[in-house]
Amino acid sequence: MENKKYLQDITEIKNMMNKSSQCLSLSGLSGVLAGIYALIGAWLAYKTIYFDNSTSEGYSGLIISENSVNKLLLIAISVLLASIVTGIILSIKKAKKQNETVWNTASKRLIINFAIPLATGGFFILFLIEKEYLDLIVPLTLIFYGLACINASKYTLRDVRYLGITIVVIGLLSTWFINYGLLFWALGFGVCHILYGFMMYMKYDRK
Amino acid sequence: MKNIIQNINKAFDHRIRLGIMSVLMVNESADFSTLKELLGVTDGNLASHAKALESENYITVEKQFIGKKPNTRYIATKEGRIAFKNHIDALEKLISKS
Repeated sequence: MENKKYLQDITEIKNMMNKSSQCLSLSGLSGVLAGIYALIGAWLAYKTIYFDNSTSEGYSGLIISENSVNKLLLIAISVLLASIVTGIILSIKKAKKQNETVWNTASKRLIINFAIPLATGGFFILFLIEKEYLDLIVPLTLIFYGLACINASKYTLRDVRYLGITIVVIGLLSTWFINYGLLFWALGFGVCHILYGFMMYMKYDRK
Repeated sequence: MKNIIQNINKAFDHRIRLGIMSVLMVNESADFSTLKELLGVTDGNLASHAKALESENYITVEKQFIGKKPNTRYIATKEGRIAFKNHIDALEKLISKS
């Protein structure tokens, strides 16, 4: 009888430690959906770049018209927004199911720690675009996003750490294959999200 | 067996006190409302259990104002951390004994 109480105490301690330091309402499904959005985005970008009459092949490689650049930016922003909105909605749903609040100390910390590397990378990339150093944009988006995941993983499900590491590796690899940027982008943001999201969904959400 | 029982700390022998310490072990500090929400307890209940831990010197209380709102933060002391660690070790030993 006593033993049962001790075991209960230990469970309670573990539960409290996790609950107070980690945001566990992140849903695997939002990862899968974000990956699908990214793949759709990559497909649209591919169409924009390679099947656009205004795009011409110059001596120094592909020259993308300003019209297409704007279109690409629009695609990127739409993918980002759709992913964030989906993530928020699914997290609220999951939190409700677990009888928890979404907006607590743990989730605040998760967002701040995710945003710091991501915003750093975002500004860095914007400055590069401004200076027209466009070559390294694909590797840099992947690397900074991966680092953001790694940094945030301390405050949420551990799997996010491995997702981050995988994406950083893909980002580093893509530095050597600049011309295949879009492919790496689809692999990192699309396929990785779907894979890890599915894994997390099977592991935590299906119960 | 007797030695282990000695390490079971009476100060932690309550769900709410156990909860407060667990939260403070993994967080630098926690404010009153966060603890209240996490543990699902009433104001008075939380305050009295926090007071009990404070009088044992296991936690310290910091009161300050954020704007016009009073804010109470709790922080585990070194002493409290050691005591809680011993308590967990004792619990684990007791469970594995059987």
